[in-house]
Amino acid sequence: MTPATLAAYSVVAVYSAMAVYVLAFAAFALDLSKRSAIAQASSPTRATAAGAKAPAPLSRATSGSAGAAKGTTTVLDKAAPPAVPTSSLAGQASRFQRTAYALVIVGWVVHVAALVLRGLAEGRVPWSDLYGFVVTGTGIMVGVFVVIQVWRDLRFLGAYIMAVVVLLLGLASVNFYVPVEPLNPALQSAWLVIHVFVATLGTGFFAVGGGLSIAQLLQTRREAGGLTRVPFLATFPASEVLENIAYRVIVVGFAFWTFTLMAGAIWAERAWGRYWGWDTKEVWTFIIWVVFAGYIHARATRGWRGSRSAWLAIIGFAAVMFNFTIVNLFFKGLHAYTGL
Amino acid sequence: MASRTPFDDDGSSAAGDPLRPSDHVDGVPVDDATVTQPRLNLLGYLRFFWRQLTSMRTALILLLLLALGAVPGSLVPQRSSDPNGVVAYQANNPDTFKVLDSLGLFSTFTSPWFSAIYLLLFVSLVGCIIPRLKHHLDALRAKPPKTPARLERLVGFSSVTTTTDAATAIAEARSLLKRQGYRVADYEHSVSAERGYLRETGNLIFHIALVGILLTVGVFGSFGYTGQRILVQGEAFTNVISDYDSYEPGRFATENSLQPFQVRLDAFHPKYAAQSNGTWAAEDFAADLSTRVPGGAWTSQTLKVNAPVEIGGTQVYLLGNGFAPVVTVKDPTGSVVYSGPVAFLSQDNNLTSTGVIKVPDGLAKQVAFQGFFCPTPVITTTGCQSISPYLSTDAKALPVLQLSVFTGDLGLDKGAAVNQYSLNEDKLTKIAGFRTAVPGLDLHVGESADLPDGLGSIEFTGIKRFVSVDIHHDPTPMYALLFALLILGGLLLSLFVPRRRVWIKAIPGAGTKPTRIEYAGLARGEDPTLARAVAELAQRHQQHLDGLTDTADHSGGERRMTS
Repeated sequence: MTPATLAAYSVVAVYSAMAVYVLAFAAFALDLSKRSAIAQASSPTRATAAGAKAPAPLSRATSGSAGAAKGTTTVLDKAAPPAVPTSSLAGQASRFQRTAYALVIVGWVVHVAALVLRGLAEGRVPWSDLYGFVVTGTGIMVGVFVVIQVWRDLRFLGAYIMAVVVLLLGLASVNFYVPVEPLNPALQSAWLVIHVFVATLGTGFFAVGGGLSIAQLLQTRREAGGLTRVPFLATFPASEVLENIAYRVIVVGFAFWTFTLMAGAIWAERAWGRYWGWDTKEVWTFIIWVVFAGYIHARATRGWRGSRSAWLAIIGFAAVMFNFTIVNLFFKGLHAYTGL
Repeated sequence: MASRTPFDDDGSSAAGDPLRPSDHVDGVPVDDATVTQPRLNLLGYLRFFWRQLTSMRTALILLLLLALGAVPGSLVPQRSSDPNGVVAYQANNPDTFKVLDSLGLFSTFTSPWFSAIYLLLFVSLVGCIIPRLKHHLDALRAKPPKTPARLERLVGFSSVTTTTDAATAIAEARSLLKRQGYRVADYEHSVSAERGYLRETGNLIFHIALVGILLTVGVFGSFGYTGQRILVQGEAFTNVISDYDSYEPGRFATENSLQPFQVRLDAFHPKYAAQSNGTWAAEDFAADLSTRVPGGAWTSQTLKVNAPVEIGGTQVYLLGNGFAPVVTVKDPTGSVVYSGPVAFLSQDNNLTSTGVIKVPDGLAKQVAFQGFFCPTPVITTTGCQSISPYLSTDAKALPVLQLSVFTGDLGLDKGAAVNQYSLNEDKLTKIAGFRTAVPGLDLHVGESADLPDGLGSIEFTGIKRFVSVDIHHDPTPMYALLFALLILGGLLLSLFVPRRRVWIKAIPGAGTKPTRIEYAGLARGEDPTLARAVAELAQRHQQHLDGLTDTADHSGGERRMTS
């Protein structure tokens, strides 16, 4: 197949993935409305107890009378299960949610295929122009969302992730598309593979963290007696649990972002003769790094935990999105690789 | 900083804690309401401001200000990264320019207010690091703190009874904890254990390395210099200040900072790909250089965009490239008054280039030529336009040099610096070319033309390539890289190593009653998996105890049990 044919198939795959993601979004939305129904049905006794992963049972055979010949231990007081990750209402995944998640997986496979085709068409990694970069970045976002489920069930964020991904893919397909072109000499470097890939990985984690922080803010308001018209929030984890999960996701993103910044500096030293020159893209990478550093400090500052730190996480993710779209398109600088 | 008692309520001693500012969530709050404020003298005020500056809240606000303060640096062109943008901004918006310039927004990152933010931040940081460093060094030598009297209130508390006696249970607990990397201390019927000191070590490394980066860039960066030079094929550049086209020394750089070496451009190999829309996209640029250091022979090296050439701690980077037509100017008697290549700067991807040739001496008047060079020309009314970046070999469209001719004062006699790539036409008269009676000169290689007014003649003798290179000497990158790696390593340790304490306590039963064993943990900083870790520890400990008694059963020996 010629590169042009491969690129054309890649475009078809991107549109197919978007279509599947839209279906997944719809199914996630139905899941949320189902949750609302369940929450309203059981609202008088709002469950708070655990579907948590309790530590392995410590039961020991009680050997009858104490001081018996055989040495044994008897559990008197078991540790309370560690913080309640989900409310019991979220315990049973609805049919809609299972369908939605299956669609996410299908969409993601098609999405990855689109990237492979684009890469084959270009004969290199597919993220050397803005179009390829956004298609890759959203692919990684969905990938992080899928992989993170192994660690903890965050499927309730599905509608948010799908919305962000479909909007970005739509924007890329309609406004950023460029045909396959030879690679600009300035980009011919192994750092294109590392620096940009790790940046998109960080973005994936920031996206999930941003979603969790939004959920946290909404949950805080519900817990304070507000937001009665969004009953499905009752099936989400408590705001403090959301905050802790968000923190753990965001610090992973922060570690990747720190690496991105350094890899970028090393590359800039090779390509432009200086590792830091306050180019617009460097400025924004720096701003994002400082905002998330602020987020981590806020988590450790009395009076800044909770909603204030959640706002910082959301501002940080908004800055990431701004950096990858507006800054790439409209700001003058050395990172002029949109291909547009 | 935080006021502390030797033993907090939760049983943690100050010696083992990471020292925190008083408004850290793990710090001890100072209840201002209950403190009667004494009248502060000067020292008191200084101490008060110092405590404010080194508090978490101040550090956080300074961080957010730093992020906010950097934003204008991306909105407005900066003198450091985009000087032409600043000039254009001034021309287009003279009024706003004045306001923004007075705020220092065109050099945001060296402006007094931005400097104030980061300097305060770093002072605050140093004020935090020093006591924490001292504290941590003490903690590294200290024993884990005394076991709290009541473990019930701590994380992951659980208790069991066992027939194993207290001393054995504790010995078993100690070896188990040691195997898991805890530092342990025995107290009466209990083991106190702590691990994860690397978390604080990493945190301190991270913050100290940040200060290191700032000092490296701010102080050692000033010993470097940068310079630009256009290098025509066959020409050798010697690394002395006078041989640069432009040269910017760092604050502490002297003439002796320049390593002696020479660079010569032998050949240049560009590669372009034709685009569907008729333009050409660059695929690869490679410059064959010869370099030598004093006393050495010429050695060949290839310079590419992402692969600088290094000579004696100095880097040479490929910035741009183009064509340099070679011309010879003769006076009316036929003797040569000027001969050599002149770099014409490219104006587009297809290398439509413009340039200036200045002949100040040798002719009856000072003469200058200004015009276009096109490697594959299409002739238009205003000049040539190139349709390919390659030199044409098509006889119908050979590379062309189109020149206008000026006479007058070139402004070179006063010794002031003059841009060699542009022409100040104020004191010059155009005697041939567009909008004059005499048509301009159109020359192909090998052709010559007579100048108007019998001034002499010019011959286009050949075409050479040139590259523009950036020459940098910066002593900092290796140190900056070292600090950057420390930052990354420190960050990973401080984010992902859990710092925790656990206690295992054995309360001997009275008489024949069984021993009661208690387990509990305490997080020092973020530690979401503590409860699970304590539960697993308790489980393993009990398995060990059961194993001990089983072995005792099989051997038939004396049983270890409560007396």
